[in-house]
Amino acid sequence: MIKLDSKIPGGKLSEKWMNHKFNMKVINPANKRKFDIIIVGSGLAGASAAATLGELGYKVKIFTFHDSTRRAHSIAAQGGINAAKNYQNDADSVYRLFYDTIKGGDFRGREANTWRLAEVSNNIIDQCVAQGVPFAREYGGTLANRSFGGAQVSRTFYARGETGQQLLLGAYSSMNRQVNLGNVEIFPRREFLDVVKVDGHARGIIARNLVTGELEKYASQAVVLATGGYMNVYFLSTNAMNSNATAAWRVHKKGAAFANPCYTQIHPTCLPVHGEDQSKLVLMSESLRNDGRIWVPKKAGDTRNPSEIPEEERDYYLERKYPAFGNLVPRDVASRNAKYVCDEGKGIGGGKAVYLDFSDAFNRIGKEGVKDKYGNLFDMYANITGVNPYEVPMQIYPAPHYAMGGLWVDYELMSTIPGMFVLGEANFSDHGANRLGASALMQGLSDGYFIIPYTMGNYLGTEKPEKVDVERSEFKEAQQNVEENINKILSINGKQTVDSIHKRLGHLLIDKVGMSRDEKGLKEVINQIRDLREEFWTDVKVVGDAKDINQTLERAGRVADFLELGELMAKDALNRNESCGAHFREEYQTEDGEALRNDEEYKYVAAWEYKKDGEWELYKEDLEFENVKLATRSYK
Amino acid sequence: MSEKNINLTLNIWRQESPEAKGYFEKFEKEISPDASILEVLDEINNRLEFEGKEPIAFESDCREGICGACGLVINGQPHGPLPKTATCQLHMRNFKDGDTLYIEPFRATAFKILKDLIVDRSGFDKIQVAGGFVSFNTGSAPDGNVILISKEMADQALDAAECIGCGACVAACKNSSAMLFVGAKVSQFALLPQGQPERYERVQAMVKVMDENLFGSCTNTYACEAECPKGISVLNIARMNRDYFMAKLKTGTNE
Amino acid sequence: MNRLNQFFNSSIGKKLVMAITGIFLILFLVFHLINNLMLFGGPEFFNENVARLDSIKPLIRVMEIILALIFIYHTYTGLKLWWENKKANPEKYAVNANKENSTIYSRTMTITGSLIFIFLVIHLYTIWVKYNFGMEGSEDYFEVIKIHFANPIWAAFYFIIMIFIGFHINHAFQSSFQSLGWSHKKYTPIVKKIGTVIAIILAVGFASIPVYFFYISFGGQG
Repeated sequence: MIKLDSKIPGGKLSEKWMNHKFNMKVINPANKRKFDIIIVGSGLAGASAAATLGELGYKVKIFTFHDSTRRAHSIAAQGGINAAKNYQNDADSVYRLFYDTIKGGDFRGREANTWRLAEVSNNIIDQCVAQGVPFAREYGGTLANRSFGGAQVSRTFYARGETGQQLLLGAYSSMNRQVNLGNVEIFPRREFLDVVKVDGHARGIIARNLVTGELEKYASQAVVLATGGYMNVYFLSTNAMNSNATAAWRVHKKGAAFANPCYTQIHPTCLPVHGEDQSKLVLMSESLRNDGRIWVPKKAGDTRNPSEIPEEERDYYLERKYPAFGNLVPRDVASRNAKYVCDEGKGIGGGKAVYLDFSDAFNRIGKEGVKDKYGNLFDMYANITGVNPYEVPMQIYPAPHYAMGGLWVDYELMSTIPGMFVLGEANFSDHGANRLGASALMQGLSDGYFIIPYTMGNYLGTEKPEKVDVERSEFKEAQQNVEENINKILSINGKQTVDSIHKRLGHLLIDKVGMSRDEKGLKEVINQIRDLREEFWTDVKVVGDAKDINQTLERAGRVADFLELGELMAKDALNRNESCGAHFREEYQTEDGEALRNDEEYKYVAAWEYKKDGEWELYKEDLEFENVKLATRSYK
Repeated sequence: MSEKNINLTLNIWRQESPEAKGYFEKFEKEISPDASILEVLDEINNRLEFEGKEPIAFESDCREGICGACGLVINGQPHGPLPKTATCQLHMRNFKDGDTLYIEPFRATAFKILKDLIVDRSGFDKIQVAGGFVSFNTGSAPDGNVILISKEMADQALDAAECIGCGACVAACKNSSAMLFVGAKVSQFALLPQGQPERYERVQAMVKVMDENLFGSCTNTYACEAECPKGISVLNIARMNRDYFMAKLKTGTNE
Repeated sequence: MNRLNQFFNSSIGKKLVMAITGIFLILFLVFHLINNLMLFGGPEFFNENVARLDSIKPLIRVMEIILALIFIYHTYTGLKLWWENKKANPEKYAVNANKENSTIYSRTMTITGSLIFIFLVIHLYTIWVKYNFGMEGSEDYFEVIKIHFANPIWAAFYFIIMIFIGFHINHAFQSSFQSLGWSHKKYTPIVKKIGTVIAIILAVGFASIPVYFFYISFGGQG
């Protein structure tokens, strides 16, 4: 039995965070160093949290499965980071950023969280500039901005197509400073495999040393999970090869509610799949949609070269259907429409790809102008596909990209397990049913730099600064369970490889819990996933042992968790009898084929409590909208 | 996109542990020219696993050329023959039918081989911990536009900051020197106003740890620049040299 | 002193030592070449000039000692770097792709440097010792050179070494600028060209002497 208390403070929306900061407990500096905090994950959220908590004087241990904390997948974010600076004098404001984010999330996010995110967005930019992040500049020396998918103002800060890298290296540098000062200790090549609870509170973790294979126990007074999203559940996604849901999932099984798992974002501008052996999908920054025009041939199954298709035989379907936003409609709308035209057989050569054409931009600003703005993306495209995008229009297709769903957290980013905080993509909190472009980086850094340092104090203020002993029975028990699980996987010795099962799960999910879902498909897929899970536990083959580097074993554990998560995603999608944001149910659409929300019945966060294998209990956190009017999202 | 498949002979380095003796294992393989070299390894591994044999251990993560996790030496060149390209972005269309490839880990005393193609690059992190940062506490930053930085300076700083920390510079260098890596980080901060207060302490601290971690000395062959997947310029090394010299002249600290 | 020591033992400090001592050695070679070219002025002209240098012997001695110290320090640091770098990179790749990413001049600095060192020892022993201690009252320095290079082995040896000196300097000149931190997107390509020109002038200039004397010893017109 869990209790969902969102702890959203009272008062005016714009004053909630300020008042809450004042009302929270503070710990005196001498006591802070008596508290140990474990952070799992070293991406934007984890690294920034480690830096800031270290600055405050807490003793921080940070864990990553990478060889270096700098490799976390935040590094691959290309486009940019939003902030309500209004440097462009184009009527931007905290309110507008808040409103865009709430609306972009199709009114399925928390007002208070989203406001706070917009509020601290400006501090993030200042923070990063001070760290020496080389953001793009105007000739006059001021920070440059560009507009980004779904926004009508120019509020995105960027560093070429490598914004994520620069922001992560900024957080990494601040964290390194704390390592230098002795406040933070880094544990690389460790995989989180379970949380240890003492008297119901999170008090430590079990991590596998990926080099020696040893299961190590670590204790602390609080645990912070910043382990990213679960989109690799689809096998092919834009996530990194090692991105996984294991940390979040194992915590979920220990009592943390999982919220809105069906809100998965499929990114519209990715490179199309080239074959069965493909290992991952590559994202092209959606900033490309600012100057590129998306089209398909009007005739189904047209196999002509794009240059041979005259203007009047092309269907610029986004511009046609959404004249106001055109190619800049939100991600879910762009993705779904690409799927539709391809399902109609109008995809390039009848396949699964659409054109992203820069001919107009070449005429307007010249090839040099385009190169200036998107040079590295064009190079990347040419490198991967072997086709020169300056000569032939790019081909794109949507790919799984970002999980809005995640572990349920309250306003203080604490899960339903006391002492277990969840930051960044791993939590569900700020993006509702859909995330706008350039706001993932914003959320990760907001959680790490500006929220957790306050809310952590509020929690630890109620705890005694006493060391937790790793020799306690709870640790031993958790370690034993993990070990048994590993041994079980190793002992199956069946016939199927881990990847082949993962691929099959991916196909099931992208087909039935992807860009569009329906009741029949969801019911089917739940059974199919259960069967596949059964197959995994009876027929998977994992070579080698657990005593040294064994990457297959690492993957096997992750796939085992994906096989459970996949089922919950389908269950959640089936429960939500409406279309909202990235969750599109075929049964619930308007006559024009737009998403049809059901605010009466589904204006809630669906938080699932794990009961036993294949069984969950649904809890609902009702969403209050006091400051925005629930409007039908329209990008016409 | 796809053309005819090609046949390759791959000799891949296998080494069970840091202490074990390594050897090349030979694989004959028909592959799609659209596959990346890491996808070829994936396929080989899938087959090995299916046959109950230990797959080849290698590192990779983002497969978009930015995380710096991957890094193989292909026919003597870190990240393979294509300039400014990380291993994960190296597609098989760059090879011809019948080619023979030798795939090895990065080799340097500072990069211990852990297993097969995986090496330990933690020396890089130690260098960064020594000084690769600007000292200030969260929350104390002034408005971003208070610090004006010319576009040219910002661009140059970003040119240096683009380093993905893969270690190809060390792997390419006949001396296993890490100076391109360190030079890039030193330069990023040396070029920006934010980095000025600690400019000379930083370069001394980072060079000291670099030297302690068994990296060799630079002899200006510039193999690092040629093999860098991000094309980081050796001008950054010159800047570091200059700053280091100036630091020793100017400061009295860091004995 | 500790600070200085620490600096010269750091990786960058050693580079700097190589650069600064190297530049002095190049300067010396320029003066040496000017003197050598006087051989083309005939025996009288050359002998007069050598005699003139002989008249300021104490100054020359001091300069010789400084030069020797510079040379020894350059060689010592170079060998030390070579040894340390070998330790940092003991294992080679199965395929040698060095030519794909660096020039032969830069990769062979230790080899060309070592050859130059061996040459110098021989050169000092055969010419310098002779000039300073073996003239037995004669002042025909020109004749010494003439006899020396009449031997085809000596002429060939000098000729080949001069090519290596060219190789060495071709890399060394621009490399010293880089080590000193004087690199620039715009000017470095020019520095590289100047380095190559200096290398060619020095190599051709020095090599012309054995070629010339070998030629006249076979009856060519001097």
